[in-house]
Amino acid sequence: MSDLTKLKIAEARDLLAKGDLTSRELTEAHIAAVEAADPLNAYIEKTPEIALEQADAADAKIKAGDASGMTGIPVGIKDLFATKGVHTQACSKILDSFKPEYESTVTQKLWDDGAVMLGKLNMDEFAMGSSNETSFYGPVKNPWRAKGSNNDFVPGGSSGGSVASVAGYAAMGATASDTGGSIRQPAAFTGTFGIKPTYGRCSRYGMVAFASSLDQAGTITRDVRDGAIMLESISGFDPKDSTSVDIPVPNFEAALTGDIRGMKIGIPQEYHLAGMPGEIEALWHQGIEWMKAAGAEVVDINLPHTKYALPTYYIVAPAEASSNLARYDGVRYGHRNVPDNGGLVDMYEATRADGFGDEVKRRIMIGTYVLSAGYYDAYYLKAQKVRQLIADDFKRAFEKVDAILTPTAPSAAFAFGEKSDDPLAMYLNDVFTVPASLAGLPGSSVPAGLDSNGLPLGLQVLGKAWDEETVLKVSGVIEQAAAFTSQPELWWR
Amino acid sequence: MSSYRIQGATADWEVVIGLEVHAQVISNAKLFSGAATEFGAEPNAQVSLVDAAMPGMLPTINGECVRQAVRTGLALGAQINKFSVFDRKNYFYADLPQGYQISQFKHPVVGEGTIVLDLDEGASKEVGVERIHLEQDAGKSMHDQHPQFTYVDLNRSGVALMEIVSMPDMRSPEEAGAYLTKLRTILRYIGTCDGNMEQGSMRADVNVSVRKVGDPLGTRCEIKNVNSIRFVRQAIEVEARRQVDIIEAGGTIDQETRLFDPNKGETRSMRSKEEAHDYRYFPDPDLLPLEFDDAFIEAARDSLPELPDEKKSRFMQALGLNDYSAGVLVAEKEASEFFETLVAEVAKATKKDAADVAVKASNWLTGDLFGALNKAGKTIAETPVSAAQGAELLALIEDNTISGRIAKDVFEIMFETGKDAGAIVEEKGLKQVSDTGEIEKIIDDIIAANPNQLEQYRAGKDKLLGFFVGQVMKATQGKANPGVVNKLLKPKLDG
Repeated sequence: MSDLTKLKIAEARDLLAKGDLTSRELTEAHIAAVEAADPLNAYIEKTPEIALEQADAADAKIKAGDASGMTGIPVGIKDLFATKGVHTQACSKILDSFKPEYESTVTQKLWDDGAVMLGKLNMDEFAMGSSNETSFYGPVKNPWRAKGSNNDFVPGGSSGGSVASVAGYAAMGATASDTGGSIRQPAAFTGTFGIKPTYGRCSRYGMVAFASSLDQAGTITRDVRDGAIMLESISGFDPKDSTSVDIPVPNFEAALTGDIRGMKIGIPQEYHLAGMPGEIEALWHQGIEWMKAAGAEVVDINLPHTKYALPTYYIVAPAEASSNLARYDGVRYGHRNVPDNGGLVDMYEATRADGFGDEVKRRIMIGTYVLSAGYYDAYYLKAQKVRQLIADDFKRAFEKVDAILTPTAPSAAFAFGEKSDDPLAMYLNDVFTVPASLAGLPGSSVPAGLDSNGLPLGLQVLGKAWDEETVLKVSGVIEQAAAFTSQPELWWR
Repeated sequence: MSSYRIQGATADWEVVIGLEVHAQVISNAKLFSGAATEFGAEPNAQVSLVDAAMPGMLPTINGECVRQAVRTGLALGAQINKFSVFDRKNYFYADLPQGYQISQFKHPVVGEGTIVLDLDEGASKEVGVERIHLEQDAGKSMHDQHPQFTYVDLNRSGVALMEIVSMPDMRSPEEAGAYLTKLRTILRYIGTCDGNMEQGSMRADVNVSVRKVGDPLGTRCEIKNVNSIRFVRQAIEVEARRQVDIIEAGGTIDQETRLFDPNKGETRSMRSKEEAHDYRYFPDPDLLPLEFDDAFIEAARDSLPELPDEKKSRFMQALGLNDYSAGVLVAEKEASEFFETLVAEVAKATKKDAADVAVKASNWLTGDLFGALNKAGKTIAETPVSAAQGAELLALIEDNTISGRIAKDVFEIMFETGKDAGAIVEEKGLKQVSDTGEIEKIIDDIIAANPNQLEQYRAGKDKLLGFFVGQVMKATQGKANPGVVNKLLKPKLDG
């Protein structure tokens, strides 16, 4: 057979079911691809032994007629999902050498379905970043390069390892997490399909927390159907997470009918940013035409509080982070630095000073500030109120439309160092993804074309709460229309 | 009303006291994790991944702890809030694994209520309860295990506490003591906290300020973590004195947190207002607001036993006890239960109404049994004489089998040996003699043997009646029925 790593999940599933392929063969091919992909720096921990063991178990499961969509499928796991006995450090020095005694619910669901773990994936430290440049383990390289150039680009973030491994054929799918766009923006930068479900759809149990009210697990795959299959595997209520919601998980794959006739697609006027590259506007316009051609009705909508989304996000998320990251104190696990003759406070200061990177420290300080006495009302409380207004905007819009179509990011992938010295420019990358995160709504990024340099661009589809099916259905139609078949050159192999 | 005053050089000062009591909730498991909560386990033996704040671990509310807080609120006649919110209180300490304590700040589960203090000589006073909220306890730092290191025990980490906050309604150390005593009694009655201050399952922060009578409230100091009622009283006394001395010397009181040192009998500064933590409270995003319905509240209400105040008034009104006895009996749940069993058994054995035997039962219990227990250093739970055994003894008096006098001797043997009253009476031949013929014969013998005394009696020395009664009792080893003796003796002496 040709290169097994080029298979999609649905294709591999059918071959496995027919007995034309074993999970061991598929897994061995992927283990080799993971090795070869070292130049991408997508994996920060490889687990080939575990993978082969799981592959053999999956083959037995398939033989026994007990297979489901993810059985035997090799995947990568973002480093913030706890995996028992395996590197789980959210790519931070402060969790140096930490291996949990427990498994996250999301990964447990994958293993229960028979999926295969290739290793742990690089990410921005504690998922704080939009370029994967803040990882303690160094940046991830985007598999995509500009036409005729050997220059490297960022893969986006924070799920940089997830998208690079999937776009670089070193995993068939990857878990990811989205707090303000960490699934959708890197998916757009790498020509992959990323979906963040409704807040509460997946359990956060065993996910290293960044901002608890925003964090949500999701998936990166090479197409929409694979996303539907993998998302279904990781979704579902978990009594161990009070914010997960007890409603049935639909058959997501069944939603991919390709039929959006009569559906209403909203175009938020506030997303036409001044100074946005013409290519992005053009892509969006193209997306609108595809919707019309598929028989959907396109309507202009207003989300008037959109301009407040980024500032709101950069108050709420750091506030929660400043508290969530307090547990990394050098007392019980991970990195510890005790200065000579130092006391408890000296240990805290030294441990956290060299355990956290600059971006994490910046957000801890912002978060601490906005929660401080005298500032709480002006910042945190106000931000919570605005967050409600943003959610209300969407609620009103979704009374009129079934889905919303926007660009995923205001630009294609950028070069290393281009924005890392300018936090505000970096934060602007999430301008289209953050509002839906604040509202807890499901959203996807679908590969829709290339820019003039040959770098991928994505369109974002947003849906009503708990209506991932519509998001997937519309995403599938875009995928069909875009006929996105471009692939990165395998320059690292 | 209390008139406790501190005599200053310039004036009399009034002390104003508010208490924040941390009461460990009796429950199967911790507030947000499944870990057990038993006292005295090996260090770090009762720690879940949540309690140790491992990365990615999430709290989930233990409904039993909520039910216990609601029951406590109902027992204090307090407002129950069907909507409340858990907040994070952020600060760093080695025994606080999360780096924050999950507590309730703006929206506590229980609002305002009342506690009635039982003061001396039947006086009482109402003290307001401002709120009760649920929160996690911290772990314990142990500084004495190693010369260089501090050890941390997380067994207590995450255990549910009720913080019960009073209004600044108390005006003397005695009232503060009475508040804690009464609160502890109520908590033990309803089984929401064991109230064991020496084990730390109930602890008090004491807010103290002073003012000249009629002046507005002074600046308060908070004395942290006082662990006995006696120390609370002492701490208030010395702290109030300290404040008066400072003010009278022209100084001002700094709002600060202080610690009480019972060995030195002084409070000292722990941290000033400037050093106070900024806790950066905000709603815990890992937990949804806590909401429950009326049915939950009503079920909690239905599960409450008769409360001490209700029981006391029933003892007084239905059973005829006086205020003091009723107060003593209801102060401890075990004592009141002992009493109720005792009364029921005596009534059953004597076929009388409970009201007709209750006062005697109360007298015997608070006098004889409590006295003996006290002397032996035992609690009512450790009594060698059960309520049923006590009832048998009282029934023997009631049906004239033995006299009250003999009963005292029988009780002593019961207390020492644990034997039943009937068996002792039988064994020692202590049955009261009520046979008139037999007693009459003894009386005749005694009158005949004491002619001088008879003469004096008949000459008007009435007091000698007692002498003759004593002689008869002596001759019968106390077994003669005193009623029968009196009835027969007087006519014979009078001639």
